[in-house]
Amino acid sequence: MTFALELSYWQSTILRIVGVLVAVLIPAGTLVYVFLFKMMSHMQSRLGPMEAGPHGSLQLMAEVGKFLQKEDIVPTKADRTLFTLAPYLVVGTVLLVYLAVPFGPDAYFADLDTGVFYLLAVSSVSVIGVLVAGWASANKYSLMGGLRAAGQLIAYELPMVLAVVGVVIQAGSLNLQHIVSVQAHGEIFGWGGIGNPFILTQIVGFGIFLLATQAELTQTPFDMPIAESELVAGYMTEYSGMRFLLFFIGEFASAGAFAAVAATLFLGGWWLPGFGFDNNAMNIVGPLVMVGKMMFVAFLIFWFRFTYPRFREDQLQTLAWKYLIPLSLVNIMATAVLKVVF
Amino acid sequence: MIAENIAFGVLAASAVLAALRLVTTKNVVHAALYLVVVLASVGANYILLAAEFVAVVQLLVYVGAIVVIFLFGVMLTRAQIGHESELDNDQRGIALVTALFLLGILSYVLIDFFQDDKLPELTGVSKATLQATRGTGAVGDAIFSTYLVPFEVVSVLLLAALVGAIVLARRD
Repeated sequence: MTFALELSYWQSTILRIVGVLVAVLIPAGTLVYVFLFKMMSHMQSRLGPMEAGPHGSLQLMAEVGKFLQKEDIVPTKADRTLFTLAPYLVVGTVLLVYLAVPFGPDAYFADLDTGVFYLLAVSSVSVIGVLVAGWASANKYSLMGGLRAAGQLIAYELPMVLAVVGVVIQAGSLNLQHIVSVQAHGEIFGWGGIGNPFILTQIVGFGIFLLATQAELTQTPFDMPIAESELVAGYMTEYSGMRFLLFFIGEFASAGAFAAVAATLFLGGWWLPGFGFDNNAMNIVGPLVMVGKMMFVAFLIFWFRFTYPRFREDQLQTLAWKYLIPLSLVNIMATAVLKVVF
Repeated sequence: MIAENIAFGVLAASAVLAALRLVTTKNVVHAALYLVVVLASVGANYILLAAEFVAVVQLLVYVGAIVVIFLFGVMLTRAQIGHESELDNDQRGIALVTALFLLGILSYVLIDFFQDDKLPELTGVSKATLQATRGTGAVGDAIFSTYLVPFEVVSVLLLAALVGAIVLARRD
């Protein structure tokens, strides 16, 4: 394949950095608007986000404007450096997650050999940001929220990793581009019309992955770290204005990132049936397909969020350690045995 | 090679500086966070050495798991904001001796083993060959064939640690 223009290393690097920023901010804004402002409001009869603009269409602008105007407050007894650093740590890890997700045959930020493994490693770093935010606020509610978040993220990282292992065994690779390729070239009992998306064979893994994602994102029913009836707003209690906005963007951007990862691992990624795998047009169509699948997975996540009440802390730990982890281990064994047999 | 050397210089400097601050800082949480910088710099150096898998393991195990557990434990027990006076102890002499001893042993082993060997130049080698010979797949093959016994021994060790932790935690 030949390009009309050859970019030097630094030019393509700048393009990629801009691309990652766009890939983080646009889904984050879309998810907030479509799901939080529209879907949740209609499901729960909330009238708030209907005022700004026709049918509340300018609500997002209003929210951002509001946050930007707010006073920048740092509590007197807080650890100033860490307090200001923590939101950037959380948002930064989300940017790094997007790095490994492919959006087309050539539309990727980095074609990593360790793909999935890298993703899981990077997403585990965001816990540090949450813990630091909770501690540096010098507030007992914040600290409790940070500790709860850490305990929860540690517990649910295991089922998430183990759920992905099934896909890795079936695809025979950690590279996300290769995983997409295996799904695109796969056949369902000899019929290759839509490839073989791993959701069909790894439905257990997909379920566990979605549940673990819900917990990793601290979305309801797993939102004990920010349970307002007990902890005010958990680790975010002392944050306001721009820094709160950063946490907010981080939350929805990582929802988008995990939705993209789930779409790549289980729903066939950017590939569209009927197109060749190396078709150049997929560099344009692929990202759109990915956005569609991301929105579908995000819809599942937020649907779940708006429907269920909050777990209790012990119920949450029990679910992870006693049910999800054993189930995902069984899934790995079954996948491994079937892989060897067929 | 200039870019690699500059990157190595920056990473090495940040690792050493953070390591110094790690032992001189007056706050436990700050020390744990300096540890993150040290470990991440070392991990980035692995990427410079084209050891992608090792770098990701470094990030997942040390930054994502061990430091998080450190922070978790420290915050559950004792972590006040600001300076803490009781962090210092009078074992500097022993620490110095241990550190020099470790430095000596490691330098001797490395110099004795590698002598004048140099890493082969990788320019001009195709990406596919690189991945087949040094990629993640090659690492996996090596672990589960050549180094299978050490791998299993390490997992037994971890199991023993796990059982030990449960024994300590259960007091009934």
